[in-house]
Amino acid sequence: MAAAEGSGAGGAAKPLFAGLSDVSISEDIPVEGEITVPVGSRSPDEDYSTLDEPVRDTIMRDLKAVGKKFVHVMYPKKSSALLRDWDLWGPLVLCVSLALMLQGGSADSKEDGGPQFAEVFVIIWFGAVVITLNSKLLGGTISFFQSLCVLGYCVLPLTVAMLVCRLVLLAGSGTVSFIVRLIVVMAMFAWSTLASTAFLADSQPPNRKALVIYPIFLFYFVISWMILTFTAQ
Amino acid sequence: MAAVDDLKFQEFDDAANLLAVNPDATTISVDEPSENPKTQHGLLQDTGREEDDELLGTDDSDKTELLAGQKKSAPFWTFEYYQTFFDVDTYQVLDRIKGSVFPVPGKNFVRLYIRSNPDLYGPFWICATLVFAIAISGNLSNFFIHLGKPTFHYVPEFRKVSIAATTIYAYAWLVPLALWGFLMWRNSKVMNIVSYSFLEIVCVYGYSLFIYIPTAILWIIPQKAVRWVLVMFALCLSGSVLVMTFWPAVRDDNRRIALATIATIVLLHALLAVGCLAYFFDAPELDVLTTTASAQNGTALVTKTQ
Repeated sequence: MAAAEGSGAGGAAKPLFAGLSDVSISEDIPVEGEITVPVGSRSPDEDYSTLDEPVRDTIMRDLKAVGKKFVHVMYPKKSSALLRDWDLWGPLVLCVSLALMLQGGSADSKEDGGPQFAEVFVIIWFGAVVITLNSKLLGGTISFFQSLCVLGYCVLPLTVAMLVCRLVLLAGSGTVSFIVRLIVVMAMFAWSTLASTAFLADSQPPNRKALVIYPIFLFYFVISWMILTFTAQ
Repeated sequence: MAAVDDLKFQEFDDAANLLAVNPDATTISVDEPSENPKTQHGLLQDTGREEDDELLGTDDSDKTELLAGQKKSAPFWTFEYYQTFFDVDTYQVLDRIKGSVFPVPGKNFVRLYIRSNPDLYGPFWICATLVFAIAISGNLSNFFIHLGKPTFHYVPEFRKVSIAATTIYAYAWLVPLALWGFLMWRNSKVMNIVSYSFLEIVCVYGYSLFIYIPTAILWIIPQKAVRWVLVMFALCLSGSVLVMTFWPAVRDDNRRIALATIATIVLLHALLAVGCLAYFFDAPELDVLTTTASAQNGTALVTKTQ
């Protein structure tokens, strides 16, 4: 380039870049490459174009995903379905049903003493958010919504326990029913904690695992306490 | 103007005389460390000890400030800034809890365990556990006390959880704030050797609340004497940790102010324990006759207020 400029400046008669046409690439150096712009694979577009499918397919697909996650919670194995394809439908359904079942039935009594719907809702969601923030602040590698998803889905055993407790309370509210309820709630509490630990423990730094698991334990303990102390009016 | 005189060391007091002799001479003034205006207000009499302690103090606080500055270098709106407050391992948290329950005489909790790495994990989760421990234990103890009565209807009393949470979190955050402000104010008046940052004070207070968790669980036992013995025991343990932590920070101050500060710290700690005991745990009644009478009075009162 400098030579061309120099020759251009020195010999004003010569046009610029005159010698450039003499430059040629020898033919034994292979020149390769693609000039065409690679088009993004069209298959995701074709698969996820959900505008044309019937509504039933859309709903069934989401319901099946939620159902599959329920199964994964009840039989916790190291599967990535819960983590990878997170969704918050399951936790919402579980939270609302648990909060509804925890209603004493006498909403007009001020001295009812049991948790109101809003209190249960806030405790579950706010508790899950705080635990997620805690695990992220301690250096966890899991994402925010994945952790919310796991914690929400692992409320499923406790919802089952609530259902069983309500049925047992229909039969009677003596000491025997209390012992049955206690055993059921304790078993489901252990199941919830172990299930969520199985999913979340791997993403934590190894020397801080106990620091992350303790708040989860506390969270499910408080929910179990609310279930156990439920008294029907 | 002899050259030898210029080379000779001139006393500082002679500057006025020199200037008087030669008013146009350029003068350079060098600030000496002993001219620090703070020491002029200090109440310390011994200047030798004062300089030594000052050096120690500034060294220590400089080092901790440097360390703190190195750690918290991220701006406060990023996530990494808050991660520096959770930079503890499991064994560190357990060590700090142990240090708050078993006070070592003569050792400072902050210097020994925190070492310029204050964390917010301990205070936050210890307070959360304490809130639920008090609410649940209170509920259980009331259940056992009123169990045999015919008019008793068990209620979970969920309202009390929010009251407990407000009280305990307010104690764990507002009292350290007030104490830190007070210590900063005294620091500006009196040169103190030891000064704590706000987070270190929050840390000490948070970990000192740990002893109340087993205490709250043991308060289920419906015996007044047992409960008060537990209160005294817990107060002695955690109160001594607080006293040993804050005594070095106020000991150089006016005697009466130092003692008043320490007394206030212990008093507030005791007030928290006694208040929780009084509000969340019903008094155990020993006499069967009085229990039925008070139960009837209780229901009469309830129906009247309704």
